[in-house]
Amino acid sequence: MSEDTLTVSVWRGDGEKGSYVDYEVPRMESQTVLDVITYIQRRLDNSLSYRYACRVGMCGSCAMTINGKPRWTCRTHVSKVAPDGKLTVGPLRSMNVVKDLSVEMTEFFDKWARAEGKFHPTKTRNDDFEKVSPSDRKRKQASAGIECIGCGVCYSACDVVSWKSDYLGPAALNRAWTLVNDARDGGQKARLQAVAGDAGCHACHSQQGCVEGCPKHLNPTASIAGLKRAAAMAALKGDLK
Amino acid sequence: MSAPNDIQSRNVQTEARLWLAQRVSAMILGLAVVVHLGTIIVAVQGGLSAAEIVGRIGGNPLWTAFYAVFVLAIAVHAPIGLRSILNEMTALSPRRVDLLCFIAAAFLAVMGYRVVRDFYLIGGAA
Repeated sequence: MSEDTLTVSVWRGDGEKGSYVDYEVPRMESQTVLDVITYIQRRLDNSLSYRYACRVGMCGSCAMTINGKPRWTCRTHVSKVAPDGKLTVGPLRSMNVVKDLSVEMTEFFDKWARAEGKFHPTKTRNDDFEKVSPSDRKRKQASAGIECIGCGVCYSACDVVSWKSDYLGPAALNRAWTLVNDARDGGQKARLQAVAGDAGCHACHSQQGCVEGCPKHLNPTASIAGLKRAAAMAALKGDLK
Repeated sequence: MSAPNDIQSRNVQTEARLWLAQRVSAMILGLAVVVHLGTIIVAVQGGLSAAEIVGRIGGNPLWTAFYAVFVLAIAVHAPIGLRSILNEMTALSPRRVDLLCFIAAAFLAVMGYRVVRDFYLIGGAA
């Protein structure tokens, strides 16, 4: 290949049947992997399926496996990941492939629900606001994990998810940890019951693949460690079943 | 509230308590292993011999208590880790895994305590 051309191997097919197909894409300045995929879809093969929306790292819909690692394609510059001019782009790991680079994320988000990732209000509109100081320890712990946009990169990076399909995964557990630290929430016992155990936080090996992959620089491993401590305290009190 | 959580195949309370037991035993082991390694280094200074070790540690109630705690921590810590490995890496049923790990814990505890007891008695007799 010449210096101004990229060789891009793209997964074509579904989760069970398919293969990597090579495309030659012109190299451009400040080119992102999403630019490359879009070029292929618009200029070379319009049957290619992929997903994106915002293009600026806000929506979390364009994550794919780039040269073996899960990343946002929109915020990944070709110059960073393909200095030799070769790119391999596949769908996210541990998710069912719909077609080509598009994956089905139902299971991923169902696990957020299973981890009691929803807010359980304790007040009505007639009550006063809960006063939470920004310097409060629990508020800080919640803030550390709250910027997750649900892109699925951590879930795809996690080896435990890859071999244990019922494991809730780093994103759902991180979400649960932000709620465990929410003083306004009234569903704590049910949440710890949901996230503890061999399909929840206790399955985490603390390998930190999620931390390495998270484009928001969050630390789901730390959140899961927090859940383990909280679950241990609840177990000592006999709050778990 | 959401639907009952059906993915938990085990008693969540037990999992959380086992995690805590492994953490606490790890803290004890962290200290105990350092002390144990230290005594090994001291022991080899004058040439390594059974008489030297028995003479120094055997019959000593403090060393006996230390190694008794060490053995207990091992008997708690190792089988919990083994349980995780067997559950993840083999197709054994959870009940069978629990039984195997209970046997492993009993084996470690009995063998360890036999050594601790015999060391104490030999040292006391020497």
